[in-house]
Amino acid sequence: MKILKRIFNFYYDGFKGMSQTGKKLWLIIFIKLVIMFLILKIFFFKDFLNSKFSTEKEKSEYVLKQLTKTK
Amino acid sequence: MEQIDFSLVDWSRAQFALTAMYHWLFVPLTLGLSFILAIMESLYVKTGDEKWKEITKFWMGIFGVNFAIGVATGIILEFEFGTNWSNYSWFVGDIFGAPLAIEGIMAFFLESTFVAIMFFGWKKVSKKVHLLSTWMVFVGSNLSALWILVANAWMQNPTGMRFNPDSVRNEMLSFWDVLLSPTALNKFFHTVTSAYTLSALMVLGISSWYLLKNREQILAMRSIKLVAIFGAIAMIITVITGDGSAKEVAKHQPMKFAAMEGLYKGQQNAPLVAIGLFGKPNPATPNKEEFLFHIEIPNMLSYLAFMDANAFIPGIQDLVHGNHEKGILSYTERAERGKMAIDALAAYQLAKKTGKIEEAATQLKILENNFEHFGYGYYFGRNVHELVPSVKISFYSFHLMVILGGHFLLLFIVFWYLEKKKKLEGKKWLFHTAIWTMPLAYVASEAGWVVAEVGRQPWVIQDLLPSIAAVSQIDAFSVQITFFLFFTVFTALLIAEIKIMLSKVKTGSQVIENKQETLK
Repeated sequence: MKILKRIFNFYYDGFKGMSQTGKKLWLIIFIKLVIMFLILKIFFFKDFLNSKFSTEKEKSEYVLKQLTKTK
Repeated sequence: MEQIDFSLVDWSRAQFALTAMYHWLFVPLTLGLSFILAIMESLYVKTGDEKWKEITKFWMGIFGVNFAIGVATGIILEFEFGTNWSNYSWFVGDIFGAPLAIEGIMAFFLESTFVAIMFFGWKKVSKKVHLLSTWMVFVGSNLSALWILVANAWMQNPTGMRFNPDSVRNEMLSFWDVLLSPTALNKFFHTVTSAYTLSALMVLGISSWYLLKNREQILAMRSIKLVAIFGAIAMIITVITGDGSAKEVAKHQPMKFAAMEGLYKGQQNAPLVAIGLFGKPNPATPNKEEFLFHIEIPNMLSYLAFMDANAFIPGIQDLVHGNHEKGILSYTERAERGKMAIDALAAYQLAKKTGKIEEAATQLKILENNFEHFGYGYYFGRNVHELVPSVKISFYSFHLMVILGGHFLLLFIVFWYLEKKKKLEGKKWLFHTAIWTMPLAYVASEAGWVVAEVGRQPWVIQDLLPSIAAVSQIDAFSVQITFFLFFTVFTALLIAEIKIMLSKVKTGSQVIENKQETLK
């Protein structure tokens, strides 16, 4: 527990004593991560195969069909 | 493919190119500046000189801005693999997954732990623990780059794998063959040393600006002294590994090699084009770019590629139309054999499903015998010139990179020499040159990736999977929307980075001004 408290204090003090620029950068990181993971990933970047198929066999059959359509 | 939506393929390619190029704007400074910081802090710990500590802290601030803005921009590329390039993601199997998984874990644990100690730990941990953390940030970021570059090198030269026709995936046969392939090693060292060069140029440019403004003399002079040597060494290694990379390209990607040099007709004693300019397209030769003028160095291309001035270098026409004297199959022949491989894969799966064991074995043999041409099968019955990358883009980006590399090396040497002779003071022209070289470092760095990635088109995996087969069947409109979304987000991030960095530079460091030291 003591070590966890020390780690917590380390980060807490670090963030608390951060410069204005540091705080601005953390805000940018936060906004960026929200855009990436809560907007882009959820609404625009669904994993194509995982969203359509549930088993490895189905995925494999679909890709096979795609890759062997050459005529 | 039955109906290829070129709009979808092109937008997916454009989106990947956009995100990769933006991502690469942030990466090299992290890779190189972390190394420079580690050296600076080592000097502080070794000498106990507080000025080195302040110098380290100043550059650490610049590093922090770049790191914060750039962090996680690479994740977008992984999103794109799953959404836009699902056939590719499935086809590559664990070859790509393993290095990326290692990269993700390593980057997270090494960087998140040690970056925090590096920034927050000056008064919390001992000097040695802090120094170790700074070195670990360098090691962590460069190891992350290693795994990404190994995966990229595998796409350029697939090795250490076996295609499994049952799962339609590639499986890793030897991790070490993938990791230690000459393509991967050269790519890794070439890329990271070019990043060190870029970082050294940034330090050199900012320090020069301070000298022009008569500010931060100690910081500027000490930084210049360090990075002039560091940058020159990095640049020399970049040249050596670039030569190694080019040799690998000549061996495994002859079309890219020919495009880089604008070589259409293969020849022995092939000359190297030192500089050249293409003329207007000639309607009489639609598949050929003609030089308006060019300066050649006789025999040099053959020598550089194979260490033999008499070596034969195939040209674009030899590769497209074949050269039986030299044992080169035409693309039409390769497309036929690729088609046989693709049909055999379908027939193998069907025979297996219907329990025709002998038929399955026969089809498997056909697939194995023709697998090296697999990707060409997608161009069966099509115009095989689609297999030629943009010669102009490949040629210009390659030559621009090389010319700028020469300029960087010369600049480092001049700074090194003048600093050693204590003659830097008042060299305004040199300081201005260093400042203007900063954006050129990014131009050269991006140009390197353009050569590597445009030159290998249309292959996502060399000879095995072209982009037309690798793309997901999704709506092209959604790719267009995300393209512009990324463009907006990344441009905003870039503007933020430049603004914050400029304000940081203008604020300066805490190092006490001392004119005396600069003149010693």
